[in-house]
Amino acid sequence: MAEDVKTPAPPPPPEGEKKPTAETVVPPAQSAVTPGTVEKPAAPAAPKAPTTEKPAAAAPAAPKPAAPAAKPAAPAKPAGPVPMPWTSPLVEKYKSQYGSGIEAQTYLGQNYFSVDRSLIPDLLRMLRDDEQFDYCVDITAVHYPKREKQFDVVWILYSFPRNERVRVKTQIADGASIPSSVSIWPTANWLEREVYDMFGIQFDGHPDLKRILLPDGWKGYPLRKDYGILQQDQEWVQINLGIESGQ
Amino acid sequence: MSEHENDVSSRGLSSLDRSNLDLETPEKPYLDSNELIINMGPQHPATHGVLRVILKLDGEKVLGTECVIGYLHRGVEKIAENRTYTMFNPYVDRMDYVAAVSNGLGYCEAVEKLLNVEAPPRAKYIRVILTELNRIASHQLWLGTHALDIGAMTPLFYTFRDREEILKIFERYCGARLTTHAFRIGGCQYETYAGFEKEVKNFLAFFPPKIDEYEALLTGNRIWLERTKNVGVISGADAIALGVTGPVLRASGVKWDLRKAQPYAAYSEFDFEIPIGENGDTYDRYMVRMVEMRQSLRIIEQAVNGIPEGPIMGKVPKVIKPPVGEIYHSIEAPKGELGYFIVSDGSTQPYRIRVRPPSFVNLQALDIMVRGLLVADVVAVIGTLDIVLGEVDR
Repeated sequence: MAEDVKTPAPPPPPEGEKKPTAETVVPPAQSAVTPGTVEKPAAPAAPKAPTTEKPAAAAPAAPKPAAPAAKPAAPAKPAGPVPMPWTSPLVEKYKSQYGSGIEAQTYLGQNYFSVDRSLIPDLLRMLRDDEQFDYCVDITAVHYPKREKQFDVVWILYSFPRNERVRVKTQIADGASIPSSVSIWPTANWLEREVYDMFGIQFDGHPDLKRILLPDGWKGYPLRKDYGILQQDQEWVQINLGIESGQ
Repeated sequence: MSEHENDVSSRGLSSLDRSNLDLETPEKPYLDSNELIINMGPQHPATHGVLRVILKLDGEKVLGTECVIGYLHRGVEKIAENRTYTMFNPYVDRMDYVAAVSNGLGYCEAVEKLLNVEAPPRAKYIRVILTELNRIASHQLWLGTHALDIGAMTPLFYTFRDREEILKIFERYCGARLTTHAFRIGGCQYETYAGFEKEVKNFLAFFPPKIDEYEALLTGNRIWLERTKNVGVISGADAIALGVTGPVLRASGVKWDLRKAQPYAAYSEFDFEIPIGENGDTYDRYMVRMVEMRQSLRIIEQAVNGIPEGPIMGKVPKVIKPPVGEIYHSIEAPKGELGYFIVSDGSTQPYRIRVRPPSFVNLQALDIMVRGLLVADVVAVIGTLDIVLGEVDR
């Protein structure tokens, strides 16, 4: 996602080039089988590191060229793989429904949606109900202090019937809240608590939003970038442990 | 027993909607007693580390639980942001310290994916052999401690005696027994030592009779059956909703194993079965893990017989500097799906590493599994979940 990163990524190659591969990654919803029968990988679904992506295996380590405007010609070969537009019936469906609020991309064979915050939790609920993404693997966040909307909240979803993963990301500002998905996937309970604990992101409608790994009275959110690695809640340590410093 | 079964069938996902300990009075209190709040842990032999469980009891009956975790929190994800990719590699061993090899495999493969490189075939085979040996070692430790919690002391000595053989192989391979740091990004650091294959094959011959021995002690044992059958039942649907993975999910009848569903390393080349249970109770989870150990032996046998010659290190640059991007990669660790979500900003240090720990997510199911059971069953259920607090707290 170009706007997420600090350095400008090379522009994605023309859309048509990637279409055939992207199509095979996502089987249409009709091919779904009943839950519990997922033993063999549905042949095209398992997203392996795409060998078709870019031939240069050693190249990614090379510092990324600035990729200026001279590049967008058809045979453009960026230094590493870049996010490609992700096309599938699923994407078409949601794009026609939500238009510009949703962006679908694929990177190294992994598909993700970047969506507007207002689409949460409707999109998540639809992914579970209509598209059978019945297993919420993980919920996490990433902090970009220099951005206006400082946080990326990321849901990693998996569908047992489709044997397919998808990520949903949205950006929110510091202090903003996001609807809880505990009512969609009960597993979100502890996962959201951990995100709250580490980033201070509020989840609206969470049944019991409190710290989970750190002590209840702790001040600060350690996984924010402005929280130093040696930093701690001195006051808490002095009161509760009776020592000057935990370091 | 019938008391249990009734409760089990009535416990569905609806009970999850209620906040943990704010329960109304039970539907049918069988004794006119007051509700008790009892604290179990964090220093308790049956909590497998420093887990604190607050129990709300009606007599002996569990009305609700709340887990208090974080006693072992070391901020692994924060550490990662302040280390290079290579420097962070040993840290992952300290999460699930009884399955350090699996942690390392998941991390190395995730970074390799981000770098768009692949380990050579020989390295993949070595990885599979060691990871499966580690799965057996992890299950052995689980079996010994789980049986000990329930009151069977002998299996602990048997399993630890036999686990030693695996740890010896690890020690001879990389010098460490537990936190092995066996793999590197791009392949393996060490070539196998002289006699590695022979020792692994010796283990393959040595171990099946030992599993029979464990089973002779437990499988048909009346006390074991009474303590595990219909205890800690979780349905397949509940397990999926709660994100439970690994043997716990499979014992509930969901045939899902990442080694088959989305094969990594060299797993697609091997022939093995995924054992599943029917009832999702403690006994089924026991059986699933016992069969898994035998299946692991099958995988090791195929791997050690087919191990290819060749390099053990892929073409990885000296300074690991993945391009800007993010990746999620997960493997089937002994406890379930272990995932790494890595965000790279193009520098030598990861911008963010998120570990998706199976133990943490599985532990969340404890509440629904023990409601309506007796206090002694809580101990059995904690054991059957096979959690490692180092991984829960990270």
